Amino acid sequence: MTAYLAHFLVMVAIYTILALSLNLLIGYSGIFSLAHAAIYGIGAYASALAALKLGLGFWGGMLVAAGAGAFASALVAIPSLRVAGDYYVVASFGLQVVVLAVFMNWTDLTNGHAGLPGIPRPNLLGWVIDQPFEYVFLATAFAALTWAVCWRLTNSAFGRVLQAIRDDEIAAQAMGKNVVLVKIVIACISSALGAMAGSLYAHYITYINPSSFALHESIFIATLVILGGSERLAGPVVGAFVLLAIPEALKFLAIPDAVAAPMRQIIYGALLILFMLVRPEGILGRARVRDRIRA
Amino acid sequence: MAAEAAILSVRGVARAFGGIRAVDDCTFDVRPGLITGLIGPNGAGKTTVFNLITGFLSADQGSIRLQGQELLGLSPHQVERLGVVRTFQHLRLWSKMTVLENVLLGCATPAGENVLSLFLRAGAVRAEEFRAREHAMEVLRFFDLADRAPELAEDLAYPEQKLLSMARIFATDAPVMLLDEPTSGLDAESLRRIVPMVRRLVEHGKTVLLIEHNMELISELSDQVVFLHQGRVLAAGPPAQITRDPALTEIYFGV
Repeated sequence: MTAYLAHFLVMVAIYTILALSLNLLIGYSGIFSLAHAAIYGIGAYASALAALKLGLGFWGGMLVAAGAGAFASALVAIPSLRVAGDYYVVASFGLQVVVLAVFMNWTDLTNGHAGLPGIPRPNLLGWVIDQPFEYVFLATAFAALTWAVCWRLTNSAFGRVLQAIRDDEIAAQAMGKNVVLVKIVIACISSALGAMAGSLYAHYITYINPSSFALHESIFIATLVILGGSERLAGPVVGAFVLLAIPEALKFLAIPDAVAAPMRQIIYGALLILFMLVRPEGILGRARVRDRIRA
Repeated sequence: MAAEAAILSVRGVARAFGGIRAVDDCTFDVRPGLITGLIGPNGAGKTTVFNLITGFLSADQGSIRLQGQELLGLSPHQVERLGVVRTFQHLRLWSKMTVLENVLLGCATPAGENVLSLFLRAGAVRAEEFRAREHAMEVLRFFDLADRAPELAEDLAYPEQKLLSMARIFATDAPVMLLDEPTSGLDAESLRRIVPMVRRLVEHGKTVLLIEHNMELISELSDQVVFLHQGRVLAAGPPAQITRDPALTEIYFGV
């Protein structure tokens, strides 16, 4: 039972990192990305390969993952964010499809559908994190770190510029803000953080294959953000907790697996529609003005 | 108007949209410490001139110099950094942000806007943010909006929104302010509040170029007038001279 709970908490922490980092784009910058699962996958594959082929440790692998995620995102962001509007949605969708195709077909490197087994557990200065509850601490620490980074980014002059760009890009340009640069920077930061979640996942499960990083996963992460509430930092965290708890709750009902899986999709879909109708701002809702004034 | 006395000089600027020459061989000077009024009938190309100066549109030919520095070819944020700021006819306030935040976005916060220094130089960022808030509040007091600081921009009355659109560009400390129709849509009482404010900008060392639609107000508002018609400068000079010219008033009122 403790192992089961530990696994749940690790996954909540990993999805919290994914949702917080994606919300830097969706909520704070008004940039909708469909590539977050691909970025997550790039992080997972980069650190798995760094460990398996280069013998890099956990920290080195995580750095490689963050760099690879930021790089992949920059490749798409630099051309597409120069143009205002919704091009990034399409470009990120393209990235998602291409990256997944690479995972599946570059078999020499990624082993294709069979995936990469035998990824080592993290070794922190001789302390091997192989107990589930130890991993809860590690993953939660990274989620807390991500929270701190996002908090600092959004509660600052930089965050103010992000919001200004989101609300009126032309006004932001007229006020001397380098809109394109800021958007590229935030896309890279978001992706570096998302890729770190991938690294945590790879070293936790110790086996990865492309199916964990497909398009439906991108949509799932976006759902966490939207249902949790993209207007507040805590929104995606609540979203991750609630949406990961739903399938776990279903396990306790006497429903056969064959029914539970599609049932989960139906519940997610129904929740999305219900929220769009009743509470489009998400579970946590809007940040009040009072919260933003800190004189 | 001698070219060397100009802070901003527009020379032979042209811009066509398809077959329409919105701005054609447009030449005029903006002298420092004065209010220059850009006037002309609808479609004369006034806002296009603003968009050309501030880098929102590229010119087909010509030159726009700020104290000798070419502005054409620069992007809007680069023009702002060299010292030319503008308002918009439709204000473009950040309506879901507070009055204070709108002005803070005009204040210089390079350390807080740089992601690296945000994490590595927390002390400098905090000091800078503190100074920026002081500066923003000072600007709001200047525009008589200080007690509105915590409200959302969208909750202000329209005349106050106009003031806020000026306040946030005033906060940038750029010497040249371009005001796109600062008086449009205002009743007589609000005009009595806004018109002296434009005058005070100049008293504070700013140079103002403004677009004005109201022929009666132009003499009150500006020291120099540039009359634009079909993208060309038809006349330039003191307001009394322009408003008394029967040929120009005929064009303006389409009599």
